Amino acid sequence: MANDVYVVGTDMIKFGRFPNRTVDDLGAESALGALSDAGLKIQDIQALYCSNVFQAMGAVGQRVLKQIGQTGIEVMNVTNACASGATAFRLAYLGIKSGEYECTMAVGVEQMGSGLQGGAGGAGMAISPEGILGSNSNPAVFAHTGLEHTRKYGTTFAQFAQISVKNHHHSTLNPKAMYQKETPLEEVMSSEMISYPNTKLMCSVNVDGSAAAILMSEKEVKKRGLMSRAVKVRASALSSEPYVTRDISMQDFNAATRLAADAAYERGSVGPDDINLVELHDCFATAEMVHYENLRLCKDGEAGAFLDSGATTLGGKVPVNVSGGLLSKGHPIGATGVANVYEIVQHLRGEAGARQVEGARMGMTHVVGMGTACAVHILEKV
Amino acid sequence: MAEAAVAPLPIVPYLKIPESGAPYLEGIKCKACSEVFIGQGRLTAGKHVCQKCGAIEQMETVKLGNTGKLYNYTVVHRSFPGVKTPFISAIVDLDGGGSIRGNLINVEPTPEAIKFDTPVKVVYEIAPAKDKEGNSYLSYYFTPA
Repeated sequence: MANDVYVVGTDMIKFGRFPNRTVDDLGAESALGALSDAGLKIQDIQALYCSNVFQAMGAVGQRVLKQIGQTGIEVMNVTNACASGATAFRLAYLGIKSGEYECTMAVGVEQMGSGLQGGAGGAGMAISPEGILGSNSNPAVFAHTGLEHTRKYGTTFAQFAQISVKNHHHSTLNPKAMYQKETPLEEVMSSEMISYPNTKLMCSVNVDGSAAAILMSEKEVKKRGLMSRAVKVRASALSSEPYVTRDISMQDFNAATRLAADAAYERGSVGPDDINLVELHDCFATAEMVHYENLRLCKDGEAGAFLDSGATTLGGKVPVNVSGGLLSKGHPIGATGVANVYEIVQHLRGEAGARQVEGARMGMTHVVGMGTACAVHILEKV
Repeated sequence: MAEAAVAPLPIVPYLKIPESGAPYLEGIKCKACSEVFIGQGRLTAGKHVCQKCGAIEQMETVKLGNTGKLYNYTVVHRSFPGVKTPFISAIVDLDGGGSIRGNLINVEPTPEAIKFDTPVKVVYEIAPAKDKEGNSYLSYYFTPA
């Protein structure tokens, strides 16, 4: 269609810990990489959408431009929990879809602290409720998510752990992942128990990182002769949480994910069988399990068997998190959503190297953040 | 520094300590959609709007059930600094409506010892922590019924 939107350039830096660098510098590196990938200059970019969580008040997008060229363009700084990066990408998409711009850029960047994430809760309370009124740590919140699946379908600790084995295996093929290390099932299951069933190796890695993507209108892609390496944005959807009965006692990530996934399938006029690979939000191993069903990759109740069949492993029916995922590639919150796009684009271009999903024509990205914000995008080989 | 209160204070505002009689948990119920919420919910410009159905000023205060069933749990082994582990973080669906999170006590903190749908009762005990003025707090806990 005449108003289709394409990704024409993308990059991510190798995720790691860079305490001596700044978010400006980290963001600028992937932004320059994306410009180089597309063969464009900063003067070609008409708007920048920059996602970051921990310096949300810090005009990070403007600071990135101070590093790579202050052209005076529209800059929008975006924060939307773990969906921040995908939200920036969606805004860059909408900037073109609306007809306002021909070429936009999304940059996601984060410097993370280390250790247990998630507040202890109890703002305004005289004593912390943590450990008295249950737990509000992120591993505990997502442990509840997983054990609800166990309650319904009998999913086992070993099955949840196997997801971590798989994603760590995938990361050995991704030089930009934080870790490239196999973690056998026994090692995953016997690593420090954080919040049952999530052991330390089943929790995402806090890393610093950045990723960038440049989007362009169909007219402009053709005018510049960039179609040969362009990837079409087939669908974009963003949701918040609808009310669920346990809204107050137990954070829910299922309903919002289902809303976004179903909207993306409908907007793209495609179905789950059309998807060849997925980068989904494995912030904890338990989360990946429930999202197989939430993203309609398998029927409700079949996620455990779907995993066991090898369907989501590289070489399977629909490989999930071949990048290594948040569990091993790492999870720099503001960058993650854009990094997912980078990964899918590599596969659709046939440039993913050792982890290439053969014949990939369509890929899905998914992130879901506390609060709740969920984004799903479907990308398609031209 | 203020004097510590003689009697324990409620750990959350919806834990009620009557002058006579047993403590209980309080909630609100929407007369339009019958959903039960823990506590007094959110006020918008002084008005109660139902989080589920959007009905305005249809809430009635209700005494929540003191029994329920264990819907979900996790055994927490690593928490924030100063928090004693392991403990069981439990999600309990109260009889009569409302779902609430708290610690499940008097059960071994191992998955083998915990069964979904175990009937539980709400009990009230002094919380292990005091605030900086030395006040004690009464908390609710769940224990197998």
